[in-house]
Amino acid sequence: MKTIYMDNNATTMVAPEVFEAVCPFLTERYGNPSSMHSFGGTVARDVRRAREALAHLLGALPQEIVFTSGGTESDNTAILSALATMPERKVIVTTRVEHPAVLNFCKYLARFKGFTVRWLSVDKHGMLDMEEVRNKITDETAIVSVMWANNETGVIFPVHEIAEIAKEHGALMHTDAVQAVGKIAMNLASSNIDFLSLSGHKLHAPKGIGALYIKKGTRFSPFVMGGHQEANRRGGTENVPGIVGLGAAARLALEHFDQENSRVKKMRDRLQQGLLEIVPSARVNGHLESRLPNTLNIGFEFVEGEAILMRMDEKGICASSGSACTSGSLEPSHVLRAMGVPFTAVHGSIRFSLSRYNDEQDIEYVIQELPGIIKFLREMSPFGKESLAAACTAQ
Amino acid sequence: MWEYSEKLKDHFFHPRNVGELDDANAIGEVGSLACGDALKLFVKIDPGSERILDARFQTFGCGSAIASSSALTEMLKGKTVDEALKITNQDIAEYLGGLPQEKMHCSVMGRDAFHAAVACYRKEPAPREQLEGELVCECFGVTDEQIRAEIRANNLTTIEQVTHFTKAGGGCGMCHDKITAILDAVRGERKKEEKTPEAAKKRMTTLQKIAKIQEVMEKEIRPMLQHDGGDVELIDLEGDRVVVALRGMCTSCPSSSLTRTGIETKLKELVHPDLYVEEVAV
Repeated sequence: MKTIYMDNNATTMVAPEVFEAVCPFLTERYGNPSSMHSFGGTVARDVRRAREALAHLLGALPQEIVFTSGGTESDNTAILSALATMPERKVIVTTRVEHPAVLNFCKYLARFKGFTVRWLSVDKHGMLDMEEVRNKITDETAIVSVMWANNETGVIFPVHEIAEIAKEHGALMHTDAVQAVGKIAMNLASSNIDFLSLSGHKLHAPKGIGALYIKKGTRFSPFVMGGHQEANRRGGTENVPGIVGLGAAARLALEHFDQENSRVKKMRDRLQQGLLEIVPSARVNGHLESRLPNTLNIGFEFVEGEAILMRMDEKGICASSGSACTSGSLEPSHVLRAMGVPFTAVHGSIRFSLSRYNDEQDIEYVIQELPGIIKFLREMSPFGKESLAAACTAQ
Repeated sequence: MWEYSEKLKDHFFHPRNVGELDDANAIGEVGSLACGDALKLFVKIDPGSERILDARFQTFGCGSAIASSSALTEMLKGKTVDEALKITNQDIAEYLGGLPQEKMHCSVMGRDAFHAAVACYRKEPAPREQLEGELVCECFGVTDEQIRAEIRANNLTTIEQVTHFTKAGGGCGMCHDKITAILDAVRGERKKEEKTPEAAKKRMTTLQKIAKIQEVMEKEIRPMLQHDGGDVELIDLEGDRVVVALRGMCTSCPSSSLTRTGIETKLKELVHPDLYVEEVAV
């Protein structure tokens, strides 16, 4: 059975070109870029090229890039650095729909480290209220952390505008752009964003590599300390295969950028239209326009997400769900709840996230298979039908 | 991804007894759309013999909720109401070849739905209403009485376990202190109560098992074998695998395999039902 992979916001396939680029650094070219001998020293050149490629994708300078272990480390580093360099400011402003790497870290800082977190709400489309943003960012704010695009719904936030507001108050601006890099055009040189986090495995590079963009001139306090690597900003011997892979992935992302916003978007739109047309009581979660081109979050009322995923899995289709049962926690997605998605639909929410490696046949296959699964589960469900003349009920 | 047993997957992909039962005379409903799972159980009971003639279900929920419902209906059929009331949530989980801890509430839901159906059949108030008590978990609407009942029935010891079985504490987490207090209170009660052999059976450490096996061997098994000129020695215990060596007449006895079965039956009965015996030649 063919695997139809539509869970690219969770992780992506390593691009064949990236694999090719990485291989020598896992075999013969194992040198340490800090070494004085040319065997290691020449590796530093490849690290530099990767840094340049990534900077180019972001519209940034190579020296503004610090390689890290991934999105979570970058997020933690940026927030801690802002709090460390501005000790007189004790307030963090962030949204209720952040990825756990920011959300739970902020909760931890509030609970155990005495910082204040001001939470920004979202409306039913998953969008921020700019009036609230303006009110919550003050001269006491150390850092504003707002994701560029939401991982569950794909909703895009106006990070440049928020960065302007942060700057007016002397606060630093961080954005978790893990889902946005490669899908949204970026020119950080002309933006007030101070920190940006990204992760390699979301853009066809391997897992375990990421980067933090630190705007030139921004005061910085390192999180991982040790050696002099990354210009004293992140200790530890460089993850050379990861860095080279991320560089190659950045080059590919730039090359395929138009495709993400045309072919991938077209496929996503076809999937959305196809499913909405056939399946009754289905709704798209998240703003229809201000949304990543690859993401479709769709809620099927009266059915539960894990059951849908298990049946799709049997057909070879990979997606994910905001349902409580899939996470091991009992609470459904914090993002969908923050948006006020009705509980009839929140448990049955499925996220499809495409990549350029999907094709039109994949889309048609899902449109062909999924409606039957929903129908089967709905027939089994006690809800959504004419309520039965129950002899008695016990809640 | 959950580690589901093949049996559970079978009941999920091919659920038995789905749908309404037009002539059901007992209907039990638990859970809600908001909570993320709900089960509506339809049962047809023969009023004369109180035997369950048919059972069907409608379930909204995850894989294990659907499989638990399917298993429950299979287990109910053919039993009398009194027999079926003895089905515990553990029985449902075992029928499915085990459930992940986080999914134990699915089996609890099955048991509760049947109890509600019986209350309906007997025109009694629904059991959930009897377990009124004080609301502890506001997110999932769970009372202290419900939590206490589940702690007792399943020997729960941690907040996490209480959440897995009742959902209480799985939301905002504000009630964790209250749950801890209930756990402590029940633990206190338990200390006072004499340990029944039933409770002791549920969870045993390896050390307890060895001690008990040796006791049973000394008192029950060896005298029996020695009577026939044989003997047995406990060699090892690995998990539930009891390794024994037969001695004396037993070694040459053509019915030594029967001896092994006999020892196993005794140990299962008196020590732990999961034990099995293997014989080694020493």
